[in-house]
Amino acid sequence: MTDRAWIDAALTAARPQAVSALLRYFRDLDAAEEAFQDACLRALRTWPENGPPRDPVAWLIFVGRNAAFDARRRVSRQAPMPDEELISDREDAEAAMVERLDDADYRDGVLRLLFICCHPDLPAPQQIALALRIVSGLTVAEIARAFLVGESAMEQRITRAKAKVAAADVPFEAPGPVERAERLGAVLLMIYLLFNEGYSASSGEAPLRAPLCEEAIRLGRLLLRLFPAEPEAMGLVALMLLQHARAAARFDEAGEIVLLDQQDRTRWNGPLISEGINLIGKAVRHRRPGPYQAQAAIAATHARAVRAEDTDWAEIDLLYGLLERLQPSPVVTLNRAVAVSKLKGPRAALEMIAPLEERLAGYFYFFGVKGALHMELGEEAPAREAFGRAIALARTAAEAAHIRSHLDRLQGAEERRA
Amino acid sequence: MLYAMLCYDSEDVVCAWSQEKNDAVMADLGAVQQRLAAQGRLGPVARLMPTTAATTIRKGREAMVIDGPFAETKEQLLGFFIVDCASLDEAIETAKELGDACGSGGSFEVRPVMLFNPVAPTL
Repeated sequence: MTDRAWIDAALTAARPQAVSALLRYFRDLDAAEEAFQDACLRALRTWPENGPPRDPVAWLIFVGRNAAFDARRRVSRQAPMPDEELISDREDAEAAMVERLDDADYRDGVLRLLFICCHPDLPAPQQIALALRIVSGLTVAEIARAFLVGESAMEQRITRAKAKVAAADVPFEAPGPVERAERLGAVLLMIYLLFNEGYSASSGEAPLRAPLCEEAIRLGRLLLRLFPAEPEAMGLVALMLLQHARAAARFDEAGEIVLLDQQDRTRWNGPLISEGINLIGKAVRHRRPGPYQAQAAIAATHARAVRAEDTDWAEIDLLYGLLERLQPSPVVTLNRAVAVSKLKGPRAALEMIAPLEERLAGYFYFFGVKGALHMELGEEAPAREAFGRAIALARTAAEAAHIRSHLDRLQGAEERRA
Repeated sequence: MLYAMLCYDSEDVVCAWSQEKNDAVMADLGAVQQRLAAQGRLGPVARLMPTTAATTIRKGREAMVIDGPFAETKEQLLGFFIVDCASLDEAIETAKELGDACGSGGSFEVRPVMLFNPVAPTL
């Protein structure tokens, strides 16, 4: 007896490896997906009766490949399909296939499948949608819901992305070390973008988009199992776990953003935090720092503080300094300024961000931070001006509401004085 | 006689469980554990973090630290320790100490514990 929930989970889990092996075989994405789909239908028919096979991935590859052959034979000779009852998981052919497909093949196959989705001509949202369709096996309707767009628009987006990917030729040979590292870097970035797509949702959208974060974590863990000694893969998974651990505390009941120092830390997910902290500890031992590790280490430093006032800001300042060197960006400097304001006061932080204003003129957070720093110094006019610009740049109602609450506090302070 | 019951399953599948499915499994297991505890037969229970959180220490004169779970098939699981450590580094050091004390070859897999119920008081 095998229940439906188990089968669904097993099929989802097997998908990246099985589709990538079928792709390697058919050299055609649509054919590989179709063969996998056929194999899944057969699994749904036979597994509840016969119990699950010992190696579901090998079973699905074997059955998918045969189903495709049958389909072709059917077209040419109208021959009857063989009874799938005859396909048992104990067949020698299947065992032989498992042996041929060793871990290295699986590893490069799955990486290749993910890498196909990262085609540089595809804008990030299309890369993510394609990965969710091909690698994760989400339906177009599910992806459309998570992206908050109509189903036909998403269908078009995925079809167009697939056409572009099909035209590109990613070689099937096992990649060399440099190529493998490049592919891994592109895939890590795509997974990170997928996570952010879910993480940057506003409170109303959060329940719809949380699955994107969970899927990104699942893909990250999959990649980490295939490449267990890659510190940046550890860093990315750690970063996602540590961010996702705070999901329940990020919005209040009214749907407003709760900033890190105001969050109810008892609502953070303890097991995810310890897993993230452990992973970043593992990564750091390699002494090959990278941007994901630095960001994860910053998130871990926040997570270690039981209360906001226990935060080790000196450590965070150091880590942002490392991140600035690894990946120079005005946004990183802006974040570092927040740590500096805690260490040396708001004036030092304002001096630090002053040169960034030109480059961050269209960035909501820049004016949010600037306004908050002026407010801390009791400088109302510049605070008000910065908050005004932040509201104009807000992308969601929750962002705008958050800044308005600052303006209300300024107003309150003024009235009390008057 | 005390028996250790070691739980093996496909991690890919368990990682693909929905939260509801996970909660349902934990609740079902909890019911069995409660029964065993009531009979005074239940010792400590632990759920381990995924193998992606594992580190393996290969014993030897120069202990080797390898990312990932223990993957050899030539050696068998002979026992385990649960030790409170402040960090992964401390856990690795502790595993090395234990390894030195064993003297022989083999490995220790260091895997953080996600959920721990200490020994039931009646045991």
